[in-house]
Amino acid sequence: MRELSLHILDIAQNSIEAGADNIEIVVSEDESSDVLTIRIADDGSGIPAEILKSITDPFVTSRKTRRVGLGIPLFREAARMAGGDLEVRSAIGEGTEIKADFRLSNIDRAPLGDMAETMALLIVCNPEVNFEYRHTRGKARFVCSTNTLVEILGDIPLGSPSAVPVIRKVIKEGLEHVQVS
Amino acid sequence: MKTVEELERIRKQAQAMTRLREGGETTKIVVGMGTCGIAAGARETLSAIMDELARRNIQDVIVTQTGCIGLCEQEPIITVVMPGREKVAYGKVSMEKARKIVASHVVNGQVVGEWVIPTG
Repeated sequence: MRELSLHILDIAQNSIEAGADNIEIVVSEDESSDVLTIRIADDGSGIPAEILKSITDPFVTSRKTRRVGLGIPLFREAARMAGGDLEVRSAIGEGTEIKADFRLSNIDRAPLGDMAETMALLIVCNPEVNFEYRHTRGKARFVCSTNTLVEILGDIPLGSPSAVPVIRKVIKEGLEHVQVS
Repeated sequence: MKTVEELERIRKQAQAMTRLREGGETTKIVVGMGTCGIAAGARETLSAIMDELARRNIQDVIVTQTGCIGLCEQEPIITVVMPGREKVAYGKVSMEKARKIVASHVVNGQVVGEWVIPTG
């Protein structure tokens, strides 16, 4: 995948399929330590322990446990190529947390890409899920959630196609403020 | 902290959306958003569909996602489900094809035969 924001979209789809009510997406860029961290946490059904052991192995997980698939191994590869790694924590009935880190300056680090598009589509196509997106860069910080966006949208229903450009704009402007690289 | 009124409004919006999603009478567009779909460009396809629906002010069509359906080489795949009609799957749906499918199939009921793919 060309952009990290596409991996985020992909991993968030797993959370949705796991029946999550709340999905938290946190991106932090820290130039002083040269680390980019991406964390996706949900309160979905969680991953059984025997699958969790082999979740990052594409050959073990690809067919028999189709609902897991290739998404996590690919995301891990993207992290490892950029001097980082990925870890998965999960408990049945509690949820799943996926954390990937990257060397910010690594030449093989994929660009973050269009986070506004990823978030706008996730939020509008899944209005029953409460998303929270936090993005920090050094001390600057941008936060938005399904709830705050509902307020901004006013009479436009959250799940309506007309909500996409509004949410995209809010996030784009928020991220410009944080000066996302 | 949110006021009670705000929370109530959020609840009502969510309920209305859920009703729309559960109803069998509305047209549905299902976009393949598995890893294979996303890698093949499904985010852009989905954006184009939403944009075309918004531009035409179509509010009664539901856009949902599905995972991998085993036809990865045909991704991005979208399926149009209209009440009382057979569902139709389209393969390798670029942004441009997606706009055309919305205009022709979803709005005017004309299946775009050349892009249809067989599904099981």
